[in-house]
Amino acid sequence: MDIITVYGTAFLVMAIIFGTYMCWGIGANDVANAMGTSVGSGAITVMQAIIIAAIFEFAGAFLAGGHVTATIRKGIIDPTPIMNNPELLVYGMLAALLAAGIWLMIASSRGWPVSTTHSIVGAIVGFTMAGIGVDAVQWGKITQIVASWVVSPVLGGTIAFLLMISIRKLILNTDKPFLNAKKWGPAYVFLVGFIISLVTMFKGLKHLKLELSVGMSFVLAVVVGLIIAAIGWALINKVKVDETADRDFHFASVEKVFTPMMLFTACAMAFAHGSNDVANGIGPLAAVVSIVQTGGEVAQKAALPIWVLLLGGAGIVVGLATMGYRVMKTIGTKITELTPSRGYCATLAAATTVVLASRTGLPVSTTHIAVGAVIGVGLARGVGAIDLRVIGSIVLSWIVTLPIGGVLAALFFFTFKGIFG
Amino acid sequence: MSKSSTLMSMFRRSPLKSLQEHMRVVMECVREVPPLFDALIDGDKEKFASIKDKIFQHEAAADKIKNEMRAGLPKSLFMPVDRRDLLEILQLQDSIADTAQDIAGLLMERPMEVPETLKEPMVKLVRRCVDVCDQSSKIIEELDELLEMGFRGREASQVEEMVDVLNRIEDETDELGIDLTRRLFAQEEDMNPVSVIMWYRLIQWIGDLADYAEKVGDRLRLLTAQ
Repeated sequence: MDIITVYGTAFLVMAIIFGTYMCWGIGANDVANAMGTSVGSGAITVMQAIIIAAIFEFAGAFLAGGHVTATIRKGIIDPTPIMNNPELLVYGMLAALLAAGIWLMIASSRGWPVSTTHSIVGAIVGFTMAGIGVDAVQWGKITQIVASWVVSPVLGGTIAFLLMISIRKLILNTDKPFLNAKKWGPAYVFLVGFIISLVTMFKGLKHLKLELSVGMSFVLAVVVGLIIAAIGWALINKVKVDETADRDFHFASVEKVFTPMMLFTACAMAFAHGSNDVANGIGPLAAVVSIVQTGGEVAQKAALPIWVLLLGGAGIVVGLATMGYRVMKTIGTKITELTPSRGYCATLAAATTVVLASRTGLPVSTTHIAVGAVIGVGLARGVGAIDLRVIGSIVLSWIVTLPIGGVLAALFFFTFKGIFG
Repeated sequence: MSKSSTLMSMFRRSPLKSLQEHMRVVMECVREVPPLFDALIDGDKEKFASIKDKIFQHEAAADKIKNEMRAGLPKSLFMPVDRRDLLEILQLQDSIADTAQDIAGLLMERPMEVPETLKEPMVKLVRRCVDVCDQSSKIIEELDELLEMGFRGREASQVEEMVDVLNRIEDETDELGIDLTRRLFAQEEDMNPVSVIMWYRLIQWIGDLADYAEKVGDRLRLLTAQ
């Protein structure tokens, strides 16, 4: 208890710095993967992607980031062993942030793919096992989380596959694909708004003190969906047949209809990414804040302070604006193999899966889910060529990131313990 | 792993586009064969030589694309089409250009005069064989539409119809080839024996242009099999 009272402010400051740095890193490196399918299909420019990401990452973090943050903050560690030594949790969370942040920096500078989620979870488990005890880890929760890391890309792929099949059936494989695209387009846009709103607002937003019944949630989601569908309808109507392009590729005009639709899925993806990944930075921060402000209570029953969410969202946006721009430029705005209709399916599938995970408080890797979604589209024979070696690199990053995060965090933990006692 | 995002490194150049590009160059090669025979019949040696050069150049360009495509098809690629099917189509397409090169090359090395009775039917055969190649290239152009539709549905049915037309035209060239051969053998007594054999070889090769083109179309039937 004394350590907290003596060094409380120092811990708070450090936590804020490390947490913000982590969020900055997420914005700088991870957002490119979230916006990749939207930019790569040529539907939005890099500049538009930055603006969309800035607005919706923040919105996602603020509105829907609470559940995953709660998991990272108090779901992984059992508080009982450290009841009398709350400072251990502080050291640990600081260590985890530092470890994950540094690993992120190292890996990004070398162009290695790294999952921010895996880094922080690995770090937290690592310091807990080393510094507190293997039993202090909530292995049930960890099993759930790891299971979600395997299930979520598969889910993303399945949803993408089904979306592709539906688009083929309703739009592409018909007499008048262009007209059917205009007819069904708004329905697909409705889907985007409806799903994201429903999952986010289901039974209310606790941290904003907004209570909603199941029925109200549905109604509200439908309303949001309809509003967005109306905007989508207005944009889709403006699309005209391009005769010259159609001569080269019969479906050129149909694909053009999907371009405004991708605007909405890009927003959804940014929202989803913000909702899940902000926790990687502010989860540990929130843990430290709670302990310091309660003078040493480990149970963390207090609600998540709003300013922490705001800080996290802002950190992501700043990271995006400063370095994310450069990373996104390397994506290449015209990956011709990724047509708007494919991009739509992959992005919506990924966004849905991530937002579902965020709602259930499960920290997942947005990148891995996006990869799963693209493979789902490929399985529907929708993409010319997908290099499966990317799966190898993902598995490698699992094998490397989890232990490195854990070991680094354990090291820093003992360092802090040594410094502060 | 490239510096750009993990996700985007998944996307590779579509082999279907490369296949289409290759076919376009092969067609440029094949379209020079009728003018080649016109020059031969007219006895215009300079024109013949320049067209023969063009054919050789196009064939080399086709080879380049073929090699690039092969290099860009690692086994780790996941595609809507079987890798082997793609490589087979590529090989068949390339054989069309190779055959055109063989024809031009032989006529260059052993200048021969077209016997009078064979002139008209030969021109007819050459043109009809190039028609077969044309139809085949139209079918290959449909590959991106097929991809859009997942190699099923209306587009697949449309392509099947195009392959039916392809088969019909190729049958015609078979008839024309047989007719031409018959005429050749009818006057073999009046010709240099070696020339007879060379002309027979050339008629076969001209027919091969259509044969390979038809095989390309048949492979596409395999891809769209529902």
